[in-house]
Amino acid sequence: MNREGRGATTPITTGSAAPHTFTGNRALELEEGLIFEIGRTDVTGVDIEDAGDFTPRLGGHERKADLGLPGLAEPEAMRHYVRLSRMNYGIDSGLFPLGSCTMKHNPRLNEKMARLPGFADVHPLQPVSTVQGALALIKELSRWLLSLTGMEAVAFTPKAGAHGELCGMMAIKAAHIANGQKRHIVLVPESAHGTNPATAALIGYEVKSIPARADGTVDPAAVKAALTPEVAALMLTNPNTCGLFERDVVEIAEAVHAAGAYFYADGANFNAILGKVKVGELGVDAMHINLHKTFSTPHGGGGPGAGPVVLSKALAPFAPVPAIVADGAGLKLVEDEGEAGAVQALGRMSAFHGQMGMFVRAMAWMLSHGADGMKQASEDAVLSANYIRACLGDVMSVPFGERPAMHEALFDDAWLEGTGLSTLDIAKALIDEGYHPMTVYFPLVVHGAMLIEPTESESKASLDLFIGALRDLAFAAKAGEKERFLGAPHYAPRRRLDETRAARAPVLRWVKPQPLPEAAE
Amino acid sequence: MRYLPLTPEDRTEMLARIGAPSVDALFADIPAAKLDPALADLPAHKTELSVERTLGALSAQNVPAGSVPFFVGAGAYRHHVPATVDHLIQRSEFLTSYTPYQPEIAQGTLQYLFEFQTQVGELTGMEVANASMYDGSTAAAEAVLMAHRVTKRRKAVVAGNVHPHYRETIATLSLYADDAVVALSPVPQGGEDILSAIDGETSCVVVQSPDVFGNIVDLKPIAEKAHAAGALLIAVFTEVVSLGLIEPPGAQGADIVVGEGQSIGNPLTFGGPYVGLFATRQKYVRQMPGRLAGETVDASGKRGFVLTLSTREQHIRREKATSNICTNSGLCALAFTIHLTLLGETGLRKLARLNHANACKLADKLAAVPGVQVLNSAFFNEFTLRVPGKAVDVIEKLAAKGVLGGVPYARLAPKAGLDDLILVAATEINTDEDRAAYAAALKEVLA
Repeated sequence: MNREGRGATTPITTGSAAPHTFTGNRALELEEGLIFEIGRTDVTGVDIEDAGDFTPRLGGHERKADLGLPGLAEPEAMRHYVRLSRMNYGIDSGLFPLGSCTMKHNPRLNEKMARLPGFADVHPLQPVSTVQGALALIKELSRWLLSLTGMEAVAFTPKAGAHGELCGMMAIKAAHIANGQKRHIVLVPESAHGTNPATAALIGYEVKSIPARADGTVDPAAVKAALTPEVAALMLTNPNTCGLFERDVVEIAEAVHAAGAYFYADGANFNAILGKVKVGELGVDAMHINLHKTFSTPHGGGGPGAGPVVLSKALAPFAPVPAIVADGAGLKLVEDEGEAGAVQALGRMSAFHGQMGMFVRAMAWMLSHGADGMKQASEDAVLSANYIRACLGDVMSVPFGERPAMHEALFDDAWLEGTGLSTLDIAKALIDEGYHPMTVYFPLVVHGAMLIEPTESESKASLDLFIGALRDLAFAAKAGEKERFLGAPHYAPRRRLDETRAARAPVLRWVKPQPLPEAAE
Repeated sequence: MRYLPLTPEDRTEMLARIGAPSVDALFADIPAAKLDPALADLPAHKTELSVERTLGALSAQNVPAGSVPFFVGAGAYRHHVPATVDHLIQRSEFLTSYTPYQPEIAQGTLQYLFEFQTQVGELTGMEVANASMYDGSTAAAEAVLMAHRVTKRRKAVVAGNVHPHYRETIATLSLYADDAVVALSPVPQGGEDILSAIDGETSCVVVQSPDVFGNIVDLKPIAEKAHAAGALLIAVFTEVVSLGLIEPPGAQGADIVVGEGQSIGNPLTFGGPYVGLFATRQKYVRQMPGRLAGETVDASGKRGFVLTLSTREQHIRREKATSNICTNSGLCALAFTIHLTLLGETGLRKLARLNHANACKLADKLAAVPGVQVLNSAFFNEFTLRVPGKAVDVIEKLAAKGVLGGVPYARLAPKAGLDDLILVAATEINTDEDRAAYAAALKEVLA
C-alpha cells in the first residue's frame, strides 16, 4: 500500500567527483539492457528434442508471422536475471518496513517444502484418490485458520487478499439474496484499504464512507447513524490502517447485526492479533487472511498472494466451490455446486483449488511457530512497532499517540513544516541509508503519512540502527540539509524516476526501432 | 523459536523504553474478555526436522505427475522447466521483494515486468499486455467486466467450448456484478454456432482456442460478426505453448486476449499459483485491470521503469477503480519470462512443434484401441477421446494401473451429459514408452 504524494519529479543533478566509465557500469553496479536489445531470435538456451517428420493437424491455422521473441543462451540468461536481481531490494537484503504490507522473514524451509514433488508436481484434475495428501494439507490449514479465528468455515480458493474480499462480500450478497433482502449500501471507514471500496463497488454496491473520529478509530455512533435498512455490510480493518485496534469493535458488530447487516473484516493486519484474540468472538462474519503477510509466504515482487476467507456460521453455507469433505476413509473434493446438497455455494471464484503452493508455505510457517510461537510473534511485532514509535516520537510527529500502537507505527508530516521537504523526500533519503522506505501517503486520514511496520523478524540491534538512521535524517531535515533529501536517492541504481512522464505518454512495451531514413542527397 | 530474534532481555529493555509495564499493556484496546484465546487444539512449535517429516509424510500420500505416464491437461500442463528458472526466481532480491512501490530500488522487478509485457504482446499478437493476473480463469472474468466498461453493454456471450471452470468463474463474477451471461452448449467435435448468439446488446463474445476439447477455432468470422454488432471478441487460451505454432488471436481480430501462462516456467502445484495473461489493444489500455510497468527516465536522464497508469487502480480511485486487484503473479510472471527468454523464438517454435507431434502420435495410438474414437480433426497438444462407458470409471481404472490418462469431461461439467469423453493432453515430457503404456492400459481397461 503506497501513494506518491507529489506531482512531477524535478530532475536534480548533483555534481559527482567520480569519473565516468565506458560501460556505464560502476564496479558491482551493472547496467543491463532489455532482452530485446541483447537477445536474438535465432538463439535458444534450451536443447529440445527434434519432433521428426510428421503431418501436422492444425487445420490450416499455422502461425505465419514471426513471433519476434529474443532468445538468450543459458549463460547469458543467467547473467541477465542475476544483474536485474541486484537492482532490487528484498526482505533478505534488509529491513523492509512497509506498513500495511507486512514484510517478514521468509524461511527457506517453506520453499523447500513447497517444492516437494507431492505438492509441486500434482495436477489439480488428477484423480482425487491420487492427491489425498494435498487435500489433507488444505484441510489441516483450514483447521488452523478456524482455530485461530474462531470461525465456522474456510473458503480456500481466493487467490489474493482482494480476491478474498470479493469472495467474502459475494457470500454476504448471496446471504442477503437468500433471505430475500435487497440491500445496496456498504459502509467503509475512510481509513480502509482501497481494495475495500473497490470490491464493494465491483459487485454493485454503493459505498458510503464513515469518517474516523479524532483518535483515529471508528466511532460506533457514526456507524449506528449510517445503519439503515439499505445497508448490506460494514467493512472494517482491525487493527486499522493507523495501526490502532478498533476498541469498540464488539459494539460496532452488535449494531451491524441488529440492523440486519453483516460485518466484513479486512484481515490484512491479522498478524498483530494472531494467537491473542479470535475475530469470531468479536462478531466478524467474514474475513480474508493474506497468507503472504501473516504467515510469511514470500510475495515475489507483487505476487502471488493467497486470500482464504473465514466465514461465520451465518455465512458458511455460502462458501464457493470447491470444498473438501471427509468421505468414509478418504477426502473428497466437492467441485460442483449442485453436488453439495444443502450447500448454497456462491459459485466458483477461479479455475482450480486456490494457491496450493502458498498453502504449503503457510503451513510450514505455522508448524514451525506452533500456537506458542504465533502468539510470541504477534507480541514481538507489536512490541517492535511501539518501540519505534517511542524512540522517534520526540523528533517526528505522532498522530493518535495517546493510544497504544499495534503492529505498525504511524507518523505524519507535521514535523516537516518549514523544512521545504515532504514525506517522499524522507522516503528517498532512507533509500540512501540502505533501507526500503516505509509506506508513504497512506493511510489517507493523516497528512503526509509515514507508516512503519517492523514485524517480529527484526533484532533489537536492527531496530536501533534503523531508528538511528531516521533520527539522523530528522535532525538533518530540521537543520536544512536539503540536498541530502531533494537529490535523493543519490546511491540507488536509479535516481528519482519521472512518474508523471510515464503516465502522460505511456510506454508499456519495447518496440523495435525503425531503421533510420536514408539521408537526402 | 528460530524466526524470532528478540531475546527476553531485549523485550524488557524495549518495554522500559516504551514505558509500558508489560506486553499485555500494549494490547489494552482489545476487550480483556476476548484476549488470550485458548488454542488447545493447536500444537506447540516444531523443529525444522520435525516440520520436514510432517509435510514430507503428506507429500508422500500424493502421486506426483513425474512418477507415472502422465496425460492430464484441461487447463494446466506439465512441461519441462529448465533448472535455471527455479534457481533464478529464488534469488532473494526477486523472491523476497514486495510490489515495486519505490522504483529506484525495484528496477529488477520493473524491468522484467516490462519485458514480460512485451513478450505477452508478441505472443498474443496484441498491442499492450499487463504485468499479469492471478490466473487464466480470473483474467477471463475480468476481461468480460472490461468489455462491459468499453461497450457500456452488460451481456456477454460465452461459447460452449470454453473450459467449464472458466465459464463458471465468469458467471460468478457477472452474477454478483448484476451482469448477464448467455452460455452456449458444448459441442465436443467443434463447429459450434456462436454467430447466431451475437446481437445488438452483446458486449462481448468469449471464445477459447484451442477449446476445452482441443479443437482449434477459426476466430476471424466470429470477430467480424462481433465487431459488426458493436461487441468485442475476447479470445481465451489455456495452453500458451500453442501460440508458438498457431495463428495468434490478435491476428484474427481479437480485442482482448486472456489466458493461462502456467505452461511456461511454472509447475502444476495442484492448481496454483498460476499466472494470468491479459493483453488488449492500445486504445483500451485505460480500461485494462491490473498493474502496468512503463518506461521513463530518472533525474540524471537514465532509462528506468515505474508502475504506471495507477489512476485506474483501487489505491487511487477506490470505488471507481477499473478493478479491485491489488496484486499480480509477479514471481510466476518472472518464471514465465525467464523460461520464454531461454526458449526464444527458435526454442518456442521447436517446443510447440514437439508438443503437437507427440499429440498426433498419441492420438493415433489411442484411436487404434478398440472402441475408442478421437473426436478432433484439428488440434494442438490436446484432444478428446470418446470411450465406451463412463469416462470417470475408465480414468480411475487407468490410475489403478499407474497411468494418469486425462480428465473426464464430466468432472468439469457433471450436468452436460457428456459422460463418455476424456480430455487427453500430450507434451514434450511424454516418451514412446509412456504412450505405449497408456494404449496398453486403456486396452485392458476397456476389454
